[in-house]
Amino acid sequence: MSAGRDAIMGGLRRALKRGAEATDAAARQTVDRRLDAAARGLVPARGQIPPAAQVDLFEAMAVEQAATVTRIASLEAVPAALADYLKAANLAPKLRLAPSPELQNLPWDSQPMIEIETGPAQGSDQVSLTGAVAGVAETGTLLLASGPEAPTTLNFLPDNHVVVLKASQVVGAYEDGWDRLREIYGRGSLPRAVNLITGPSRTADIEQTIQLGAHGPRRLHILLVEDTESGNGA
Amino acid sequence: MDSSPRAFKANARAAVKDPQLKRALAHVKVGFIGKRAKAVARLPEFDALRDAARDIKVHTLDHLDLYLERYEERVTAQGGQVHWCPSAADARAAVLDICRRVGAKTVTKGKSMISEEIDLNQHLEANGITPVETDLGEYIVQLRGERPSHIIAPAVHLTKDLIEADFRAQHSHLPPERSLEEPRELVEEARGILRERFLAADVGITGANFLVAETGSSIIVTNEGNGDLTQALPRVHIVIASLEKVVPTLEDATTLLRVLARSATGQEFSTYTTVSTGPRRARDLDGPEEYHVILLDNGRSEMLAGQFRDALRCIRCGACMNHCPVYHAIGGHAYGWVYPGPIGAVLTPGLIGIEEAGDLPNASTFCGRCEAVCPVRIPLPKMMRHWREREFERHLTPRAVRAGLGLWAFLASRPELYHRVTGLAARLLAALAGRKGRLRSLPLAGGWTGVRDLPAPQGRTFHALWAARNRRAGT
Repeated sequence: MSAGRDAIMGGLRRALKRGAEATDAAARQTVDRRLDAAARGLVPARGQIPPAAQVDLFEAMAVEQAATVTRIASLEAVPAALADYLKAANLAPKLRLAPSPELQNLPWDSQPMIEIETGPAQGSDQVSLTGAVAGVAETGTLLLASGPEAPTTLNFLPDNHVVVLKASQVVGAYEDGWDRLREIYGRGSLPRAVNLITGPSRTADIEQTIQLGAHGPRRLHILLVEDTESGNGA
Repeated sequence: MDSSPRAFKANARAAVKDPQLKRALAHVKVGFIGKRAKAVARLPEFDALRDAARDIKVHTLDHLDLYLERYEERVTAQGGQVHWCPSAADARAAVLDICRRVGAKTVTKGKSMISEEIDLNQHLEANGITPVETDLGEYIVQLRGERPSHIIAPAVHLTKDLIEADFRAQHSHLPPERSLEEPRELVEEARGILRERFLAADVGITGANFLVAETGSSIIVTNEGNGDLTQALPRVHIVIASLEKVVPTLEDATTLLRVLARSATGQEFSTYTTVSTGPRRARDLDGPEEYHVILLDNGRSEMLAGQFRDALRCIRCGACMNHCPVYHAIGGHAYGWVYPGPIGAVLTPGLIGIEEAGDLPNASTFCGRCEAVCPVRIPLPKMMRHWREREFERHLTPRAVRAGLGLWAFLASRPELYHRVTGLAARLLAALAGRKGRLRSLPLAGGWTGVRDLPAPQGRTFHALWAARNRRAGT
């Protein structure tokens, strides 16, 4: 144990009047219980609605934060939807694709014009395409987790970040997203980076005027795959 | 401007006479206050969330040692390292050690007030390492050789014409015909410059809005994405955070996040909320190879022991300064240290001593707006009052103030005399003020009337009005 740790812990214990064994044990039990329970606090009613309404809310909130959303019928429609996006935004047909089998195995040969590279982002990349772990309806927020199939740089370096989100991945509140992560990574552990992303990069540091595209992507485009019965209703 | 809280009065006097500052600060009032009010109105649970946020912080501070223990255990289990630093000097040394060991030349930085608190940039520069601030506002104040004047809007004291002049002076490649009049053009220029720095940096340093004991994670919120490029690209990620940033679980962090952005910028949620846990994993394709947490005490464990513990609840949203009439008039630099506004008036004496910062808790009208908007309900006016009491006890209060208080105490304990004197004073001031109802100057009151008029009493005291009202009601 370092001297710095001893000094700080000693100071904290004095400040909190620790020392009596019984009360210390009780405090430890309180802390352990709270950490084990990871109980939800007050969750706003806004996102606690039926699944189809959550998908609509997610879209409305994301658009409010300057993201763009296109609904598509299936994952197989992603390459064509991406080609449309590139054309509409007048971008070169080049793509940095997340190295995820689910995305790599899409029918990209239907869009032979698009030049595809996979892997982490390079400084010169203009467009990236990634998946997501969840979409949080409450504020139109995407939840992405880093990993071998999802390099974090894809979310921040390219000027355009395109995210494939399935309607079945849309949840009401952030807490639903944490539960999803616990299912994947186990309790008490997380991947290196979990990114909650709400719209494209922005700043208001100059005279409180909002400008998009400060350091991260200038545009955030979401391809919302309607893979659920309820998601088809909109 | 002398950057020490000891110079507060002189700094404040200069600030209220600065027309450029006045123009810049006008944005605080219209921007922050209106946006927060709108966001609050949109979330019916907002006030209940503030109660919950306060309770989380109170509980965590009561068990701070135990949560920090668990936090460190989880950081270590996921390949990171916690460096416990009792003082600012310890924290500076720990950062420098890491930078030297990996041979760092350039360090990119996300926004961090702890970095300001420990004078990190100066220390790195003195040791041949170049720190590059990447938050746009921080970058601008670094170009100017200044300090941030606001904890979430570092360059809020500047107007765009000043920023344009700085960019032209420092970015030597800029052709004179290139337009930089609009904020958009300034943002674009900074983006281009900083993009190269992000890609070249050896070490990335970020602050932390929260540390999560459950998972050993650090959480930052940004709108620009600079904090993410800062931590994802270099070989080493260093997080600098103070002890009280820890919260128990992701759920607890979530409740605090729900009130943070709304209180700060009036956003529903910040653009980027990033939860970072350890270095890159074995099969990851990017991310830092090392993850360090510099955990700073610097006076906080002492604050935990006393009557200023509640100030450690602060989540640094800036709402108190955004709503403070004193901050609106003088801006952040006048406070002379890292944390301006009402929270600065409470924290600064706690962290560097009331002898150094005695004027700050006195720079308040006690209007109470800071407490009314605080997302964790810190009783800021009450704490400023505690500091004033301590100053009085320790005879740090100026002699004229002590004499005035003595005179008032003498009168207040003699009700008959008090009524007569105040009645006379009220009539006299009303007569002096005439029909305007205000006084432009008054002997012994130059401290007030030097920068504003004194509203005059209407001619009768509260006691007299009250007595008259009761007489009417009785008949």
